[in-house]
Amino acid sequence: MNRRKGSGYTPPFEQVAGNGLLHRRALLGGGLMLAGAVSSGASLTSADAEPLTIPEWTLEPGEVTPVLQTPSPYEKNVVRILSNPKGDPRTQHARAPLQMLNGTITPNPLHFTILHSGIPDIDPAQHRFIIHGMVRQALEYTVDDLLRYPMVTRKHFVECGGNSAPMFSDVPIQATVQQIHGLSSCAEWTGVPVSTILDEAGIDPRAKWMVAEGADSLLVSRSCPLKKGYEDAMIALYQNGERLMPGNGYPMRLLLPGYEGNMNTKFLRRLYITDQPAMTFYETRNYSPLLPDGKAYRFYFINEVKSFITQPSFGSTLKKPGYYEISGLAYSGTGRIERVRVTADGGKSWADAALEGPISPKAFTRFVMPWRWDGQPAVISSRAWDDSGEVQPLRADFVAVRGQTKRPVTNSNAFPNNHYNSLTAWGIESSGEIKHVYM
Amino acid sequence: MSICKPLAAALFVGFAFGSAAYAANTPGLGKPVTESDIKAWDITVLPDGTGLPPGSGTAEQGAKLFVAKGCNQCHGDGAKGGRANMLIGSPSLTEPGISANKTIANFWGQPTTLFDYIRRAMPWPTPETLSNDEVYALCAYLFAGNNLIPKDEVMDAQTLPKIKMPNRHNFIIKFPDRI
Repeated sequence: MNRRKGSGYTPPFEQVAGNGLLHRRALLGGGLMLAGAVSSGASLTSADAEPLTIPEWTLEPGEVTPVLQTPSPYEKNVVRILSNPKGDPRTQHARAPLQMLNGTITPNPLHFTILHSGIPDIDPAQHRFIIHGMVRQALEYTVDDLLRYPMVTRKHFVECGGNSAPMFSDVPIQATVQQIHGLSSCAEWTGVPVSTILDEAGIDPRAKWMVAEGADSLLVSRSCPLKKGYEDAMIALYQNGERLMPGNGYPMRLLLPGYEGNMNTKFLRRLYITDQPAMTFYETRNYSPLLPDGKAYRFYFINEVKSFITQPSFGSTLKKPGYYEISGLAYSGTGRIERVRVTADGGKSWADAALEGPISPKAFTRFVMPWRWDGQPAVISSRAWDDSGEVQPLRADFVAVRGQTKRPVTNSNAFPNNHYNSLTAWGIESSGEIKHVYM
Repeated sequence: MSICKPLAAALFVGFAFGSAAYAANTPGLGKPVTESDIKAWDITVLPDGTGLPPGSGTAEQGAKLFVAKGCNQCHGDGAKGGRANMLIGSPSLTEPGISANKTIANFWGQPTTLFDYIRRAMPWPTPETLSNDEVYALCAYLFAGNNLIPKDEVMDAQTLPKIKMPNRHNFIIKFPDRI
C-alpha cells in the first residue's frame, strides 16, 4: 500500500477504513478507471472487443408519444411488493423497491402505501374538509378552496411506524431492502400549512390536540398534538409536482414531517380540535409498541434517525472483486442528516460517507462510499447522525431496551413490533453472495 | 377550578379577537358551519365520554348481533379471533415476548376506543350502518366476555366510560415534550 511513498504521487485508492473503504476522492472519477483496471487485473485489448453493429431501433421511427409516460418495459421488475394483492378484508401494504432506485425522491407510482380498507374513490368536487371542536368558528373547505391558498413545498420522507419490523427478529431474516425497509419513501410535497387553517378557525388556548380523520371506509383517525400543527404540518395536495396519488391520500392528506406514517391521515376530511387525545384504535393498539416487560410506549410519534445500505444488498451478487460504490439512504424525523459512517469490516473501523446535497431536514439523504472489495468475506453497514444530536443506535443497545422476538421472523410482511431504527448489515461472502447479518 | 373558568373564557375571547385580526391576512375561504351542520361526521368519542350518543345495549343483545351482523365471520366464533383480531381473550403480554397479541382485555387503555372504532369502521363490508343501540350492545358483549363488566350491566353514555381497563397504567409516554 505504501508504494511510491514520498514520490508526491497520491494513490487513487487511499484507504480510509478497514477492508477496502476508500477516500471519497475516488468518487470524483479521474484516476478511478485506471485504478479499477489495475485492481481487477483486466486488460482489455482489441481482441476482446466485438465490432459494433447497427441496432434495429435505429433503423425505423419509434413509438407514438403517449399522454402519460410509463417506465421502459425493460424496467418491469421495478415494482412494489404487495402484502394483500387480492384485497382480502384486511390491510394492504405496498413496499417500495428502494434498492432499485437512486437519488432521494421516490417516484409517485412506486411510493409505498398502506391502505387499511382499500383506496376510496373520492370525487374531489364533492370532498369536504372541516375543522371544528374547540375553535372560535367551525369551518368547511372544498378542495378548490384549499387550492387557492398560499402553499409551501418541502421534501419529506413518510415512513410507516412499522417499517423495518422484521429486524426485531432474533435471527436475521433473509430479505431484500424492499421487504425489510420498503414502507418508507420520500417526495416533494406541496400544500397548505395547517397553521393557516388553525388560525382561520381560531383555536381555543385550552386545546392541545387535533384529531384527524380520513374519508376511507374505516374513517382512520389519529390524534396529533396541536404543537405539531403549528410547527410544520401541512395539508398536502401535490406529490412530486402532481396531485396526490389515490393511494397516498387523494385529494388531500395530512403531512406531519418526521411522524409515523399512520398519523399522516390520508383522504383528510376532518380536524377535531380537543383538549385530550381521542385514543383511537390505531394509537391505542397498533402504534403503542410493546416492551419486553409488558409495558408499552404510547405516542411514539417520531420516526427516529435511520440509515441502511441499498447497494450492494441482499438479492444482488458481487460478480468479481474490484471497485464498488456503497450507496444508501439516511433520514431522521428529528432533523437533518449530518453524518453517515460506513464500515466494511463488521464495525471494527468506520469512515465518513459522502452525503449528496442539498440535505433537507426530515428527508431522504443519499450517502455514498467508494469501496474496493478484495474478494474476501466482508460485513458492510451504515450508521447515521442528525443535527439534533440523535444517533442511530447499535443493535445491542437497541435490543437491550426494545427486545427482540423469541422465535425467528420468517414472514417479511409480519409486524412483530414497530419503530425499529438500529443498523442493517450485509454480509458479503467470498462467492459474492450477500446475506443479511447482525453485527 | 370554578374560579378559573371565567378567566379562561375571558382569555379565549381576547385570543379570538387577535386571531380574527390575523386571519384577515389569510384567504378566509372556509365556510362557517354549525355543530348541527356537521353532526353526521361528529363521531369521535373521547376517553372522558365526550361524544358518546344516547342509547344503550346489553351483552345478551350484543351476542346475537355479533352473529347477525357477521362479526364472527372474521373475528371467529365467540370473538376468539380468526382472520381478524381476537376480541375476547387476554393472552400474556410477556410470555411470547415483544410480538405478543395485544387485545382489548390485555392491552387497551380506554373503554371508549371500542365504541368509537366499531361505530366508525365496522362491520367491514358495511361500515356506519349500526345503530347506536347496536354499538352499545356489541361493546357490552365484548366487555362482558372479557370479564370487564358484569354480564347484565347495561352499556350507555354513563356506564361505558367508567370501565377500568386492566392495562391502563402500563403505558409510557414516549415523547412528552412533543405534546
